[in-house]
Amino acid sequence: MTKLFEQLQQHFSVSDFSQPQGNQAFVSISREQAVPLLTHLRDIHGFTHLVLITCVDWLEQSRFQLTYILHNHNSHSDLGVKVFIERDNPVMDSMHHLWEQVRVYQRELHEMFGIVFPGSPGLEEPMILESWTGPPPMRRDFDTLKYSQETYCHRPRDEHQPEEHMKQKLYPED
Amino acid sequence: MNNDKDKLIIPPGDSDPRREWRLDDKTLTNAELPEEERDWFCDARPQPARKAPAAIERFFNWARANSLWILAFGTGCGAIELRPLVTSRYDISHFGMQMRPTPRQASVFLIGGYVSIKTLKRIVRSYEQMQGPKFVVAVCSCAINGGMYWDSYNTIKRIDQYIPVDVYVTGCMPRPEAVLEGFDKLRKLIKAGKAEGQNLYAEKFDWYKANQKRLIKDWNMPDYNW
Repeated sequence: MTKLFEQLQQHFSVSDFSQPQGNQAFVSISREQAVPLLTHLRDIHGFTHLVLITCVDWLEQSRFQLTYILHNHNSHSDLGVKVFIERDNPVMDSMHHLWEQVRVYQRELHEMFGIVFPGSPGLEEPMILESWTGPPPMRRDFDTLKYSQETYCHRPRDEHQPEEHMKQKLYPED
Repeated sequence: MNNDKDKLIIPPGDSDPRREWRLDDKTLTNAELPEEERDWFCDARPQPARKAPAAIERFFNWARANSLWILAFGTGCGAIELRPLVTSRYDISHFGMQMRPTPRQASVFLIGGYVSIKTLKRIVRSYEQMQGPKFVVAVCSCAINGGMYWDSYNTIKRIDQYIPVDVYVTGCMPRPEAVLEGFDKLRKLIKAGKAEGQNLYAEKFDWYKANQKRLIKDWNMPDYNW
């Protein structure tokens, strides 16, 4: 995988190479070079399978980390490509022309994190959150308990502590 | 031989509340539907079922209690308990129960676990399409008080705010024996004439409907599906 990283460095400004396991590695790339890099990996280096896209909300650094995990069926190796985008302006280039199934992930990321992928088909259709009007719920500054208490009717809780119960039963005058 | 069936059916009289309602109380507007679709659906409210004379009603209740047909709509993970229930180990068919694929043929709605808003829309629609008499059994703690989804942003906490519930079965998840016990309780309630969830829904229809519409913000259904 180190050899692959050196080959990629000749064409792209990849950085932060890490190899947690023998057949698994991660690299970082800027947003502008993400589509050329993924196209290059798919067509030249045989990473034909996009496993998934995940998003991490780095609230303190005010940025989102998108991780594209690719798999090479010939060498049985995985490569994660990390792309950092701004949290205030969460726009990312769509990859649906490379892998058609990406649009499902992009719909989900749009719904849960509010990331915009211009040109991605069906991006605005709700997946799980039909008629959702609140902020994207998987962002870390979304207070899910507060939203739940404002929106839903909770059943009041009555507690039956054995100590209190027996005290009242045995010594009711106290 | 006279046809005794006609005597069992009580003709609506002047004092009958149902007759009054039939004439006047067609007040549902279906306002959320497009203009041209509003006439496709009924504008009448549901109404409490009329009772037959006591002896006949007891016979009806006995018959209802012994042929509970369950709507095969598993809303959450509690629906996984339905598989052992209907298969040979806890064979519910010798209680006269079976699963039906359509709400039109079912009389028991089993809410099996957590209900998201997307599911609630389908639940309301299926419940209203069921023919009366109909009963609701809420299984799993999620349907009762939210359970482990007590702080979730998309899961409702109490199903009894949106449709009436006759029997609760607690547990996460309850064993099939507990669900069977719940059905046994439901049968006792029906035989005693106390499983009145359908009538409650008709009486408090506006309250239920307001609760449902407060959550389902893209309401594109008729107000009451017949």
